[in-house]
Amino acid sequence: MIQILAFYLFAAVVVASAAMTILARNPVHSVLWLILAFFNAAGLMVIAGAEFIAMLLVIVYVGAVAVLFLFVVMMLNIDFAELRAGVMRYAAIGVALAVALAAEIVIAVGAWSAGGLELGRRIAPIDESVPNIEAVGQLLYTRYLFVFEAAGLVLLVAMIGAIVLTHRQRSDVRPQNISRQINRRSKDATRNMNPAVGQGVEL
Amino acid sequence: MSYSTQLMMVLPELVLSLGAILLMLVAAWGGQQATKLVSWAAIAVLIGAGIALAGPASAGGEAFGGLYRPDMFGAVAKAMIFFAAAVSILIAPRFFQTSSGDDLRPEYPVLILLSAAGMGMMVSAGDLMSLYVGLELQSLAAYVLASFMRRDTRSAEAGLKYFVLGSLASGILLYGISLVYGFSGTTLFAGIADAYAGERSMGLLFGLVFVFAGLAFKISAVPFHMWTPDVYEGAPTPVTAFFASAPKVAAVALATRVAIEAMGPAIADWRQIVIFAALASIIFGAVAAIGQTNIKRLLAYSSINNVGFALIGLAAGGEAGVSSVLYYMAIYVVMTLGSFLVVLQMRGADGQPIESIASLAGMSRTRPGLALALAIFMFSLAGIPPLLGFFAKLQVFVAAVDSGLFVFAAVGAAASAIGAYYYLKIVKTMYFDEPAPAFAGKTDPVEGVLLVLAAAVISPLGWPLLGYLEVFTASAAKALF
Repeated sequence: MIQILAFYLFAAVVVASAAMTILARNPVHSVLWLILAFFNAAGLMVIAGAEFIAMLLVIVYVGAVAVLFLFVVMMLNIDFAELRAGVMRYAAIGVALAVALAAEIVIAVGAWSAGGLELGRRIAPIDESVPNIEAVGQLLYTRYLFVFEAAGLVLLVAMIGAIVLTHRQRSDVRPQNISRQINRRSKDATRNMNPAVGQGVEL
Repeated sequence: MSYSTQLMMVLPELVLSLGAILLMLVAAWGGQQATKLVSWAAIAVLIGAGIALAGPASAGGEAFGGLYRPDMFGAVAKAMIFFAAAVSILIAPRFFQTSSGDDLRPEYPVLILLSAAGMGMMVSAGDLMSLYVGLELQSLAAYVLASFMRRDTRSAEAGLKYFVLGSLASGILLYGISLVYGFSGTTLFAGIADAYAGERSMGLLFGLVFVFAGLAFKISAVPFHMWTPDVYEGAPTPVTAFFASAPKVAAVALATRVAIEAMGPAIADWRQIVIFAALASIIFGAVAAIGQTNIKRLLAYSSINNVGFALIGLAAGGEAGVSSVLYYMAIYVVMTLGSFLVVLQMRGADGQPIESIASLAGMSRTRPGLALALAIFMFSLAGIPPLLGFFAKLQVFVAAVDSGLFVFAAVGAAASAIGAYYYLKIVKTMYFDEPAPAFAGKTDPVEGVLLVLAAAVISPLGWPLLGYLEVFTASAAKALF
């Protein structure tokens, strides 16, 4: 009973906040609604027993992607009123896309109920008693360790590439040197003087 | 199997990755001055990885539950890859110094090392997942290398084009992989082969087509070759030399392994695709090269053309076919690296690189040695005996004829005559045209030694090596069956 209540609560909030994401006039509000939608989708995943995906949604989508969106929206000076003006012009394409997506959902459900996908030969059948975070971890760090480590190398290459292509040494800036700041002591910065009367100011 | 034995099996990739990470630290602290040290250390790492191939890395068996196949096939392909990668590091410093004004940054050898690690994973993959991750590791490093001269707009354009089209190819490949996984239930090559041996569903067939389309993109076989001329032209010349050699070997070897190990039972299905791609590449690569005026674009079409010949060997299938693919690629790598070494010597009086074919005119009188070397490479690429390029072509045609593909082999041989036209046109420009202004600057000693070595290996002096090459490629092919 409580699960059904929770499901309807999360589902209703997801739908409502998704609608608000595209209806809100202020793009920053849109992103905030999107974050709310992500949180509630995570709740739905927990109810479905996929706690790993729920965590991913919260950590990756809310923690990284949505914040990135927020940064982009706030940093780019986009005139949303102008963008909105074109909405009616492309309405036909939008409707066509919506119909195509809906048809795909219907076909996918049809194909699913018809069966035929042969998953019996998969090498990692699901054990119901193991929580799926543990199951993913067990595979990731034993059987698939090799590709997991290699994926780490791919990220390293991405990082090196981003730095190689964008970083440049500039001579006209004075960067902050933290270790110099910390090493500076009061005796380096102030002098204790005892000037005679009338000679206190050096001009 | 204990963990340390498995690590010994992946030793070449391990050496490359750890070496790259360590050298990255050196580069981060040493800055621009460290380039020389990092470059030579990177070559040492590549040599170390090459020596590691002799150990358990080529002994057969499987590591990490089939994700990695440390067999002779991978080892032979990796030897070629590491060699080409080392040459690409050796030829870089002078080019960057003279053409972009600032010295080579130390990230260049590091990225080549990481790319080589990815290529090692590709050619030894025993599973669709290690295949894909290796491919991405290689490609991502290659995208960065293509736009390494970031102040040069053509280099940036090459990098962006390569990235967008490469991502598209990865998408196609992944779509095929997901279909194959969905309909066979496993990503292991052995399991996929079982699925293809049994009753074949439409999904498996579609998966095969998409996987081959994605791989054809990576080896730049027609009709998925569009990116090649633009990327090869825009990328810095040492990087172009790298693209035309190491990743090409890796992708061809990967395609061979997937075709034989994972989709071997479906040979009748993929043979049609490979035959079409081979003939289209040979003919299109030859015809489109005729009108080119830029030597790097011409070599790009030449590489498309050569991949077509290698695919003839793959279409033949069987042990002889696979060994002829490796045989062809080994000789192709030396010819291509040699040609690019000559292109590196083409510099004007201001030190800027020249890329037009017209500037080669009369080179036999201004730079006779260089002209002779380029003539040797061109004759060899055209497949004219007694140079090694002839034996490479002979090997793939013999394999095709032996497996009964007479018409295919005949059309391929006829089309190679079209290709000979533009190779010989370059020789004619060098030897019979009125001299253009001579290229300035002396040949760097390292580049000179490499150039002489490559020319000597391709000339009849290299005949004694053919016997060894045959032994190695034959034992490599045996590992796949």
